[in-house]
Amino acid sequence: MAADTASLINWSLLALEPPGWGGVLLAGLLNSIKIAIGGYSLGLILGTGGAFGKLYGGPVLKDLLEVYTTLVRAVPELVLILLLYYAGTDLLNQLMTAIGYGPVDISGLAAGIFVIGIVQGAYSTEVLRGAIKAVPAGQIEAARAFGMSPGQIMRRVTLPAMLPHAIPGLSNLWLISTKDTALLAVVGFSELTLVTRQAAGSTKAYLLFFCAAGALYLALTLVSNVIIRLIEARARRGMAAPA
Amino acid sequence: MKTALKTIALAAVIGLAGISGAMAEQLKVGFAAEPYPPFAAPDASGNWEGWEVDFMKALCAEAKLDCVITPVAWDGIIPALTTKKIDMIIGSMSITAERLKTIDFSDKYYNTPTGIIGPKGEDFDATPEKLAGKTIGVQVATVHQAYANKYFGEAGATIKEYQTQDEANNDLAAGRLDAVQADAIALGAFLDSDQGKDCCELKGNVKDDPDILGAGVGVGLRQGETELKEKINAAIKAIRSNGTYDEFSKKYFDFDIYGG
Amino acid sequence: MMSDDNTIGAMALTELPDRKGFLKPHRIILMAIAAVLVFCAAWFMRWDWLPEYGWRLAQGVGVTLLMLFSTCILGFLFAVPLGLVQVTGPWPLKMLARGFCTIIRGTPLLLQLWLLYYGLGSLFPQFPAIRQSFLWPYLREAWPYGVAALTMSFAAYEGEVMRGAFAGVPAGELEAGRAYGMSRWTVFRRIWLPRAIHRALPTLNGETVLQLKATPLVATITVIDVYAVVSKIRQMTYLTYEPLLLLALIYLCLTAILVVAFRALENKIPTRGA
Repeated sequence: MAADTASLINWSLLALEPPGWGGVLLAGLLNSIKIAIGGYSLGLILGTGGAFGKLYGGPVLKDLLEVYTTLVRAVPELVLILLLYYAGTDLLNQLMTAIGYGPVDISGLAAGIFVIGIVQGAYSTEVLRGAIKAVPAGQIEAARAFGMSPGQIMRRVTLPAMLPHAIPGLSNLWLISTKDTALLAVVGFSELTLVTRQAAGSTKAYLLFFCAAGALYLALTLVSNVIIRLIEARARRGMAAPA
Repeated sequence: MKTALKTIALAAVIGLAGISGAMAEQLKVGFAAEPYPPFAAPDASGNWEGWEVDFMKALCAEAKLDCVITPVAWDGIIPALTTKKIDMIIGSMSITAERLKTIDFSDKYYNTPTGIIGPKGEDFDATPEKLAGKTIGVQVATVHQAYANKYFGEAGATIKEYQTQDEANNDLAAGRLDAVQADAIALGAFLDSDQGKDCCELKGNVKDDPDILGAGVGVGLRQGETELKEKINAAIKAIRSNGTYDEFSKKYFDFDIYGG
Repeated sequence: MMSDDNTIGAMALTELPDRKGFLKPHRIILMAIAAVLVFCAAWFMRWDWLPEYGWRLAQGVGVTLLMLFSTCILGFLFAVPLGLVQVTGPWPLKMLARGFCTIIRGTPLLLQLWLLYYGLGSLFPQFPAIRQSFLWPYLREAWPYGVAALTMSFAAYEGEVMRGAFAGVPAGELEAGRAYGMSRWTVFRRIWLPRAIHRALPTLNGETVLQLKATPLVATITVIDVYAVVSKIRQMTYLTYEPLLLLALIYLCLTAILVVAFRALENKIPTRGA
């Protein structure tokens, strides 16, 4: 039993070089960050389109977007990830075959980014829609009175004016997306949580590895928080202090 | 503000770049993304090693295929094959009639009995009568799950299903299970480990039921891909007859794993 | 605080579409298309397994709901002191509560769950005393770990909300209580706590839906909730999509029921002056 007690705090297991699993954990963390960044960016694109579509689109587009955001907000991420992971890439392949390109090879990374992106897209649609609605209507009318085209209004007035309103919500979504990457462990993608589970299973040092991974996630969150605060301070220049 | 927008746009482009996958001629071989010694387990440098990894390398070299290991969650490995995330399964998957309805298999490449292990000092064996009232751990989506549910579950045992074999073993060591049913060789590897040595011992092998337990382990393939199947069957035959199979098997086992 | 509310609303469904003015010409066409899709799904996909697993699915839904409500109630009970000490407690307690919230909110729930179940599980063989204790029959099961992890998660998120709610009760109301000669405890019991809970209520709806969306994670530690039942169906039938679609539909219905129930509840509570 003494050997077991020692293995609980056997720090050498975390060494970066091969007898230790530290390098594998860091590689997993890197994968998690890649997916989080990719999925978050894809989500932002979908969300910007979705928010403008929901506010200014035609009735059919509005309804379809409503269905999208309703489904994503009502169904657990885990279920969505399983569905999208299998169905999304399957459909894409069938589509490509139908067009005549033949099946595409979709890497696990791309599939992960796609899945997280679709989920994040619905969340950021809602965040951005709220932010756009917070832009005073007078500012947009003023831009229209100046003879700006809708594209110009969006680029010069709506987007910049809504950003301070959107940043708190968007930063929360970033933190969510870093944590949602852990769910990809369930489909077998080698991100931080899955490699942790493998390392823990191989060495039987469950507590040590899960705590180490927890520390890595926490570090990611805390570093993100610092950066978010800097961005927030910058975006709020010239605005009254928040109540 | 403009820089912020540009940053977002840049990040978006980076994100999209990840999506454009390259057209590949590599064959993606699905492995269960979990430690399953002695057949396949990731090591501390992130590489996979074990008997099945050696088998895959020998097989692909013989068949002149460019194979790459792709870890997938075991409970989703068949959907991953049918939706073309992977091209074949080398994951100690037994050839059963039930699975043949959905996928295809090569000829068998090994065959082992099914064992039951339990804590030391407890007196029972691998019969439904002795296991009644006990909690038995099995891995989900395995022949053992089907077998345990049919023979032991019906006789009054509680069957607990785990995502990975490794977690079932761990819970047996933790005292949360009374017994674990699995492949006898995989259980042997656990009993040889530090954790298994202290706690548990083999209680016996279960009575065979080829309908459920299958006729050996084969390479899982999509239905209708006869060309690949023939290539693989020929390669299995070749490495069996030219001694490669025995050579790498010797590193792991002191008996003939191919079975009768 | 405000931004948190926004994000909850963006991640959890908290309102159902309006029934008034629902039927418009284009909606009828859209609904017709949806009906065709549903019909295709029912006709071309395989659903023959449904009757066989119906009872087990119902049991799974029961376990999911039990997990949801027990952890929401327990979590809320923990959230009140967590929020309170962050506003008024002595600094060691304040730091402790803040640290707890930061750690739980900063790491994925899936990891916490595995840490509790497998991490603690690997400790048991080393302490035979645990196996002899009266708690052992419970520690052997998986659900206590699921309940613990989900409760901590709910407590941490709702604890942040309660912190804002306690801090947001106007000082004048508390001073008025003191002026009436109420003791500190009476002020807390009669004014501060009810007002804070009242302020936190609007977020409860969203947090509960988020908690529902988190419950399927317990299936990964062998708790047999509705997600686990569907996983089992997928393995028995080798179907990829049908069981998952049904599962999505089940969660959609559960969320909708929660939203309707919360709306009915909100209508009962007077919101004047909130």
